[in-house]
Amino acid sequence: MLKILAARLRQGHRTNHFPDVVPPLPDRFRGRPALHPERCPEGCKACQDACPTGAITLDAGLSLDLGRCLFCTGCTEACPDHAVEFTPEFRLATRAREDLLLAPGAEYALAGQLEARALALFGRSLKLRVVSAGGCNGCEVDVNVLGTIGWDLGRFGIQIVASPRHADAVLICGPVTRNMELALRKTLDATPDPKLVIAVGACAISGGPYLEQAEQLGGAPGAGIPVDLFIPGCPPHPLTILDGLLRLLGKIKS
Amino acid sequence: MTAPAVLLNGTALPLAAIPELPLPAFQDAVARACDDGHRLVALCCGADLRGYAVLAAEGSPELRVLRTTFPAGPFPALTPRCPEAHLFEREIAEQRGLRPVDHPSLKPLRFHRAWGTDRDAWDRPPGAALDPGVAPFYRVEGLQVHEVGVGPVHAGVIEPGHFRFQCNGEEVLHLEIALGYQHRGLERILEGGPHRLTFKQMETLAGDTTIGHGWGHCLALEALAGTGAPAAASLIRAMALELERLANHTGDLGAIAGDVGFLPTAAYCGRLRGDWLNMTAQLCGSRLGRDLLRPGGVRFGLGAERRADLRQRLVAAAADTANAVQLLFDTPSVLARMEGTGRISPLQVHRLGLVGPPARACGLGRDARREHPVGPYAARPWPLALDDLGDVAARARVRWQEIQASAGFVLEALEQLEAMAESPLAGPLGELRPDHLAVALVEGWRGEIAHLAVTGGDGRFSLYKIVDPSFHNWIGLAMALRGEDISDFPLCNKSFNLSYCGFDL
Repeated sequence: MLKILAARLRQGHRTNHFPDVVPPLPDRFRGRPALHPERCPEGCKACQDACPTGAITLDAGLSLDLGRCLFCTGCTEACPDHAVEFTPEFRLATRAREDLLLAPGAEYALAGQLEARALALFGRSLKLRVVSAGGCNGCEVDVNVLGTIGWDLGRFGIQIVASPRHADAVLICGPVTRNMELALRKTLDATPDPKLVIAVGACAISGGPYLEQAEQLGGAPGAGIPVDLFIPGCPPHPLTILDGLLRLLGKIKS
Repeated sequence: MTAPAVLLNGTALPLAAIPELPLPAFQDAVARACDDGHRLVALCCGADLRGYAVLAAEGSPELRVLRTTFPAGPFPALTPRCPEAHLFEREIAEQRGLRPVDHPSLKPLRFHRAWGTDRDAWDRPPGAALDPGVAPFYRVEGLQVHEVGVGPVHAGVIEPGHFRFQCNGEEVLHLEIALGYQHRGLERILEGGPHRLTFKQMETLAGDTTIGHGWGHCLALEALAGTGAPAAASLIRAMALELERLANHTGDLGAIAGDVGFLPTAAYCGRLRGDWLNMTAQLCGSRLGRDLLRPGGVRFGLGAERRADLRQRLVAAAADTANAVQLLFDTPSVLARMEGTGRISPLQVHRLGLVGPPARACGLGRDARREHPVGPYAARPWPLALDDLGDVAARARVRWQEIQASAGFVLEALEQLEAMAESPLAGPLGELRPDHLAVALVEGWRGEIAHLAVTGGDGRFSLYKIVDPSFHNWIGLAMALRGEDISDFPLCNKSFNLSYCGFDL
């Protein structure tokens, strides 16, 4: 007992203070890319060719689909002119799929809060049921970490629950494999209405590194599941996930 | 009998140098080697029906490779003579549509059709739906016996799989684990590769083992190309591999504490796991080590300032982890829950081919860092973490020993890197040599990761076999549950913490 108390004293209080204080991110963190088409040499397609998921297109000017982006170094290594650069910006979540399309100069439409009725229902208590549908356990572990004392998700009224019957929202990871399609649909059906759907990670948004595989459906949108919140990344940093959830609940507005 | 070809971890051989045996002689050789202290690292069959077996002897760096050709139809199963071949033969049946006759448990593994052929090992009508998990389960009959089905969607934030328990009251008589829900067709698409997405798929084939599988793939490519990684790159890879182990072992000890209701260690280790992950993020920007590795080397180096920062973080996290974990082993009520729970025997480990911490917790010194060392692991023998009781407590103690060894290794590596400031971080990979076979073994945190790559005449993969340690070890979890209370399943499960997607591929 004394050892337990001594350990308690030693380990201290370690919950971060987000959103009031943003915990430090590593200097090599790759957040929302910035596009500089003015730096592109005439006719160069190096970034587009280097992008493994086809997130970058040059057909109508330089644009980048964050729903497909794996935040890898393919484009930045391919471009000596730094027309694509990663920034430390961790805030990435959006309410609409098309808002994930980055275009130069355009304002990035971060997720807005729920509509009044949904906000009244979920704003102070949101229960999440997580389903991994072909996920690699990357997004899963970075969702799970929000439940640890380092993040203490419960202080925002958000909780991960064991049964879809207890859930307000289904959080989907993974590209939705054909072998998980039925189980995912049954989980969605078992979640009482009204409910929200949250897609976490490139796989759940577009199929991610598996988007060309016949064994998957292209994430929640590909499976025809309406999504209320998109959180891109491979995997998204826990800060990105938490920021998205708090924006949805109107707890971060700026 | 023709002697098998021998190669070392991270090297390649021309296919012509591997003697081809008729199937009966091939199976004899594998079965005899397994009776004789070898274990089956991989057994597989390509689209051209050429089959390969890789065998490792305990305590030897040599890997023996055998080659055969399977018939385009049923063949006598090896599994009755060599139980550790059981999943490999089910895989061959599913991928190639060849039926291993007299296989004791011939069920689909991942619920997909055979690739590029109409053959079907189960003679299922073409076009009929293949519902995952729908297959005959082993059943125990009796008035008091009941069946408990769990999953594919589980209660926690965890990947999907179906668990079927045969119980007599609380006692589990048998557990059968049906997976395949996460199947993404990885090995199918690798044939004809590498492709543009291959490396990202390797990093995410089991996303909590990004470095382990990423390094396995790099090592296989470098062996096929006849090149390697510079010394500093190898050292950074090993550092990242050990950080991956530190994060996951720490998290799992916390999860074990959580499942016996001991919240202090559960809470502290949950946070500390994040501290270890954040060290990997200091290396490459990603907590899971995404994009740190590249074929031919690594993408990111460590300057003096970064090394000092990492050393400081490491010393602090190691001390806090020691404090949190020691609490676990100092608390009698925790020990009482772990000791004697979920025991497996050395014989089971040997016959079923288990690897990693579950094997070492039974006293078997299977560790690729020691037996098949590459890069910095070759400098001196890796200290084996061993225990002999084979229960949850033993697996926890092995993990704790490994945490200490890995933390020490990373500290030393940070010092060694100082003298390597001039070493390049990557070299050119070069072209893959045609008609070659390469074997790459990496001791990931769950155990031995094997990548077997074979090139065709065009220098592209004609076959690429991935063996996650979970492939070997899921059956170990099933064995650990026999005779246990069903309520101890979560505890036993955490002590293995196996990968679903690493198995399902």
